[in-house]
Amino acid sequence: MPRRIFVTGMGIITGIGKNLAETKDSLFHQRSGIGKIRFLDTDLRDEIPVSEVKFSLEELFHLVGISYQEGYSRNVLMGIIAAKDAYKDAGINDLPGLRTGLISATTVGGMDQCEMYYQDFLDNDSRNIYIDSYDCADSTEKIADVLGISDYLTTISTACSSSANSIQFGARLIRNGDLDRVIAGGTESLTKFHLNGFNALKILDKEPSKPFDERRNGINLGEGAAYLVLESEEAVRQSGKPVICELTGWGNACEAFHQTASSPEGTGAYLAMKKALEISGLGTGDIGYINAHGTGTDNNDISEGRAIEKLFGTSVPPVSSTKPYTGHTTSAAGATEAIISILCLLEHVIWPNLNFSEPMKELNFTPVKELMKNVDLRHVMTNSFGFGGNDTSLIFSTVLESEVGGRRSEN
Amino acid sequence: MAFINGIGLISPQKTAETTDFLQEVMEYDADYLKCIEPASYKPYIDPIQSRRMSRLIKMGIASAKMCLNEAGCTMPDAIITGTGLGSVEDTEKILGTIHLDQPFLNPTPFMQSTYNTISSQIAIQLKCHNYNSTYVHRTFSFESSIQDALLQIAEGTGRNILAGGIDEMTLNHLNITRRPGHWKMSPVKNLEMLTWDSPGALAGEGASYFLLSAERSETTYAQLLSVKTIYKPANPGIIERHLQDLVTASGLDIKDISLVILGINGDNRNDGFYRDFSSSLFPDTPVAFYKQLCGEYHTSTGFALWLAANILKRQSVPSVIRLDQIPCDLPHNVLIYNQYYNVNHSLMLVTRDAKRDIRHKS
Repeated sequence: MPRRIFVTGMGIITGIGKNLAETKDSLFHQRSGIGKIRFLDTDLRDEIPVSEVKFSLEELFHLVGISYQEGYSRNVLMGIIAAKDAYKDAGINDLPGLRTGLISATTVGGMDQCEMYYQDFLDNDSRNIYIDSYDCADSTEKIADVLGISDYLTTISTACSSSANSIQFGARLIRNGDLDRVIAGGTESLTKFHLNGFNALKILDKEPSKPFDERRNGINLGEGAAYLVLESEEAVRQSGKPVICELTGWGNACEAFHQTASSPEGTGAYLAMKKALEISGLGTGDIGYINAHGTGTDNNDISEGRAIEKLFGTSVPPVSSTKPYTGHTTSAAGATEAIISILCLLEHVIWPNLNFSEPMKELNFTPVKELMKNVDLRHVMTNSFGFGGNDTSLIFSTVLESEVGGRRSEN
Repeated sequence: MAFINGIGLISPQKTAETTDFLQEVMEYDADYLKCIEPASYKPYIDPIQSRRMSRLIKMGIASAKMCLNEAGCTMPDAIITGTGLGSVEDTEKILGTIHLDQPFLNPTPFMQSTYNTISSQIAIQLKCHNYNSTYVHRTFSFESSIQDALLQIAEGTGRNILAGGIDEMTLNHLNITRRPGHWKMSPVKNLEMLTWDSPGALAGEGASYFLLSAERSETTYAQLLSVKTIYKPANPGIIERHLQDLVTASGLDIKDISLVILGINGDNRNDGFYRDFSSSLFPDTPVAFYKQLCGEYHTSTGFALWLAANILKRQSVPSVIRLDQIPCDLPHNVLIYNQYYNVNHSLMLVTRDAKRDIRHKS
């Protein structure tokens, strides 16, 4: 019997809240974080809505509880906030002999500061500290130093599936016995770099996005950070604490189709979901909810929708995309939506897909339109797909009160 | 543990499209060491597609295909890449316009600037729908991709894994990263690295892919036993402890190591770690260094692994990499030790595939 992996802590900051409680409240009240750009200094601010974390750089320093210092990007600060919360939520104590790792994800790293100071990089020495802090590993190392993690560190970048892959890799390291605990997730700050990049690809909606709607018109970008604490069954037994849920399935596959487009039939998406089911030992009928990648682009929603129909046939479980709440937090989306899906397990609800009105003619299913309450959910699936066809699917499952340290009950 | 059954390496040395092993050593007097690219990418990439690809992506696909061709593998069970910086050239193209906040109309540099482009372009070329990932953690990038590959083999989820490390340098990026003092400020002669005694390393670049397999084959170079990354060790004793664990886990002892390859990079603030490491742990063991050949970059340990694999297969150590005169006639276990500013340390242990020798003799 392979080693089981439990989720024991969660931390999140996005446009809909600076912590888990605010996030949950926004979801229950169907409040979206999408709005006019306030903090990113860009000429596109009146044209393209996004979901920003509603704090300036200085305010983020305050939230972290450290004074302003050079070399810190939004991406680092948001990462520290979410990872610290996850650590605290898990009640991590220094049990002797437990090996702890941090596996983080990002796609543009400290680009938010780098793009501001790039001209200085070329012209003078005034911003040299940012030259060493723009790469992807910078946020991971700063978060690790705050949490005091040194047993294992790495950073993953597979575009918009990055943090789903950090959760997957963390789970695999625990299952293989290489680590006992992993803080896994990702952090991504909005930047002119990728706002302009997505804009050049003509896939940004100038209105609130409408995933799985016939008239969908693209993505709303978002930013944020989200981390899960994963622990081995042995580590949970040793600490005797109750757990949040179990990570039972993961699958990674590649579209191998186009650098920024998905295949019409969604081969990668289908394979990722299928692999996740195989690892979990579950059947399609066991999945009670799919938190879709659902970006709201013409291409993704057809491709993902067809892949879901191919795998689940005529019995597609309730599906929704929660990107209309948080925006598409790119590398952080996998962990963000993992937490949002786990909240469904804990609260026995399914979050509705905002802004939906007209079914897609290519699909036989429609997304969840109203908040579903008192749902007997046992297993939820969450999808994260990225540029380059990097597709990952995760499955989280409830645990019984009688198992391991028992189920956490405060929720 | 995995067998290294194929290698593709594009580097500042003549390592691609040749069966030679450093017979001719490239000598440079340069700001940084630049890769010797294949004369044509046609054997590896459709010319219509390659026209739009940046240099790093072309080098990545070509080195991956060289590796797969050598191993006779058409469809790896996973494609995993490590890259510290991804496509610097594409990122610079965007940054050059972004400080003016000009909406850029050509999305190609943005599409190629994402770090996972190399892994995904290789997948597109091979039509490979299998596991695909990219690690982007400074000098842990290549090591993480190898760790993932070894994990796939240990899990039994894959038997033939394509894993590699790739980074590029540009003159513009060199000039920017010279500001915090990473590099020599003027051209240097690469083969005189040991005489420099000044701050700053010699920058370089490279693209390496390895086919790591669960079974040996006709093309096996060596066995990769294990890889360890160590973050901010509080003292050198921690590295020693990890080294001890690493060799013990492979049923070996530190004294069984027949050659140590160090990541000396010519920066006098840095190279003391290596001297202390080798003098305290390996006073009587042959020691080698390699960055005079490929320069310093985040995934340079890909070059070192290529060296180790070839040394073990050919049973010969090129004199250009030797730091001492201790004989190394029958190298059996090679240790690679690299470190970056005493923050990111890594160890890789590679061993001769003894069974292969027996088979070849019989």
